[in-house]
Amino acid sequence: MITPSKAPLIQLRGVHKYYGDYHALRGIDLEIRQGEFFSLLGPSGCGKTTLLRTIAGFEGLSSGILAIDGRDMAAVPANHRPTNMVFQSYAIFPHLSVAQNVGFGLRRESMSRDQKARAVAEALEMVGLGGYGGRAAHALSGGQRQRVALARALILKPKVLLLDEPLSALDKKMRETMQVELIKLQRNVGITFILVTHDQEEALIMSDRIAVMFEGDIEQMADPETLYRRPTSRRVAEFIGKMNLLPGQVAMEGNRIIVDVAGLGRGAVEAEQAPGGVVPGATTVGVRPETLGLLFPGETTSRRLADGVVDEVVYYGDMTYYDVRVPGIERPLTISMKNLIGQPVLDVGTPTQVVWDERSLVVLSR
Amino acid sequence: MGLLDSSPGARAAALVAPPLIYALLLLAFPLVAIVVISFWTQSGLTLERTFTLANYREIFTGPIYIWGNANRWGVLPLSLFVSATVTLITVALAYPIAYFVSFVAAPERKSLWLFLITIPFWTSYLIRVFLWKVILGFNGVVNTGLQSLGIIQEPLEVLLYNLSSVIVTLSHAYAVFAILPIYVALEKIDRSLLEASQDLGENRLTTFLRVTLPLSVPGIVGAVLIVFIPTIGDYVTPELMLGSGGRLMSNIIQTQFLQLNNWPLGAALSIITMLAVGIVSLVFILLNRRWLRGRA
Ligand SMILES: Nc1ncnc2c1ncn2[C@@H]1O[C@H](COP(=O)(O)OP(=O)(O)OP(=O)(O)O)[C@@H](O)[C@H]1O
Ligand SMILES: [Mg+2]
Repeated sequence: MITPSKAPLIQLRGVHKYYGDYHALRGIDLEIRQGEFFSLLGPSGCGKTTLLRTIAGFEGLSSGILAIDGRDMAAVPANHRPTNMVFQSYAIFPHLSVAQNVGFGLRRESMSRDQKARAVAEALEMVGLGGYGGRAAHALSGGQRQRVALARALILKPKVLLLDEPLSALDKKMRETMQVELIKLQRNVGITFILVTHDQEEALIMSDRIAVMFEGDIEQMADPETLYRRPTSRRVAEFIGKMNLLPGQVAMEGNRIIVDVAGLGRGAVEAEQAPGGVVPGATTVGVRPETLGLLFPGETTSRRLADGVVDEVVYYGDMTYYDVRVPGIERPLTISMKNLIGQPVLDVGTPTQVVWDERSLVVLSR
Repeated sequence: MGLLDSSPGARAAALVAPPLIYALLLLAFPLVAIVVISFWTQSGLTLERTFTLANYREIFTGPIYIWGNANRWGVLPLSLFVSATVTLITVALAYPIAYFVSFVAAPERKSLWLFLITIPFWTSYLIRVFLWKVILGFNGVVNTGLQSLGIIQEPLEVLLYNLSSVIVTLSHAYAVFAILPIYVALEKIDRSLLEASQDLGENRLTTFLRVTLPLSVPGIVGAVLIVFIPTIGDYVTPELMLGSGGRLMSNIIQTQFLQLNNWPLGAALSIITMLAVGIVSLVFILLNRRWLRGRA
């Protein structure tokens, strides 16, 4: 495995993009390191593809700077950039065979025919399509097309591989397999990957770092764990995973940040639990379902408790999701519990106690 | 017995019957009639209905139709040559136009462009041929223009009553039939393929040669056939542009049928022409298949 070095391979500074009147990218600042697996995550229409196409050179910038490997890309057309792209539609050339597709970009390389044929065979081997070279490209399944597109891009050993929702056309099972394969592949080749996805789970699984985009701007950029545990804003918190959003009050008492959460109670939190900063007054507090618990009969806990009534039960086999109505909170709290040995699944209407901990609270801005 | 309670076979037959009758009456019957008549002979005003190869013998051994002589080509090769040239010119000129509409024109203007391209076809074909006569004729636009500019003294006779005038007129007349199939083929090309090619290092020209052109081959094949096949049969244009009688296969067939009243010879000439066109088209299609398979 190649450890990512510190120097940024890709730099964007104040990048804006207009389509006519439409402001598609609104001041993107971004640095991506060599060897990093970077994801652009966000809802449909937030500008992920636009940003990726900007880096690839298919769209010009309206203003701002884009540099790859220390070189300004303003005057460099797509065919001369050290990037290669895996298109969402895969863009496999239908008139060429699998091998001809994979070898398409080798035309101008100074290699002998044999060397090229060997490179193509190796690339196909790498993506698990060894022996498929002679097939017609139109006779491939979705997953195979995706692999051909990958091999075709990787054979040129780009500095950056750009992937625009490469897995969205695959079924769930195939997608999960390919996620793991992509991670392995990226570690083996050591090439910087930039992945566009609107699937938060996919981004969390695969990435070293994730930029969450809304409306043409990056709202938060962090590693998956930070992003999941410490989202800065309500929008990010809602977009990634499940999050209970509770109204609360935040105040500074000396150096301590004191949060008063409706229905749960008061508690002191660490500064890192308010990653978006502290503005004293009314706020929204986030709590992940898995950081809450229920106190089953006969159990005791040193953590904090709040009374409630089971409102809804969804049984998943390994997990059970409870919606628990707690006095003082408008919406029921969602709580996920591992189904451990000896723990009953509670019925709707059962009075219960919610276990919570101020260490899992997140104070959200906006 | 109603259509609905009959057996599936009968029902299918009933459904197929109208188009089948139509096809038989309008396609198969005339064709068979021509084949049969081509083996008869005409003697004076009567049609001799005994089987004979005399017409074909005349076509294949005489100097006019196929072999020609030292001074002039045979009519059939000349006709094929004219059609092939028209096809080449038409398709070569149609391609850039189709490309422009498909790739360069703004999406919301495409239908306007197609509409503009079809405007000449609102006037009758005959009028368009006469227009070309006006342009190319002895006192036509081109000649008077060049004369008034002092570039030429005498009117150029090469412009009219000449094969090149037939070629110009036919190329113009069939332009739309070549533009449309090529346009459709170009429209079907997934634009991300062009970006993929660029992404893999090709510039616009090499992308055109490696992606756009090969993928538009079906449109080119369609355009070639659509222009080549009917231009062989067009007898109005040569007649008008070459003067009385014309000199091409279509004119000669027309003359045999309508003026000399020699249906059998006319029918035999038609059959030979049809075969020639069929063979040329088939060879073209096979070559293309071969080429396409070689690429895939
Ligand atoms: N060529 C274009 N002309 C005008 N507007 C465009 C163009 N391309 C994209 N847009 C607009 O820019 C915005 C961002 O588009 P983009 O394709 O980057 O979204 P995305 O984040 O990739 O969404 P998705 O997840 O649906 O693919 C959208 O509102 C889109 O309508
Ligand atoms: Mg997109």
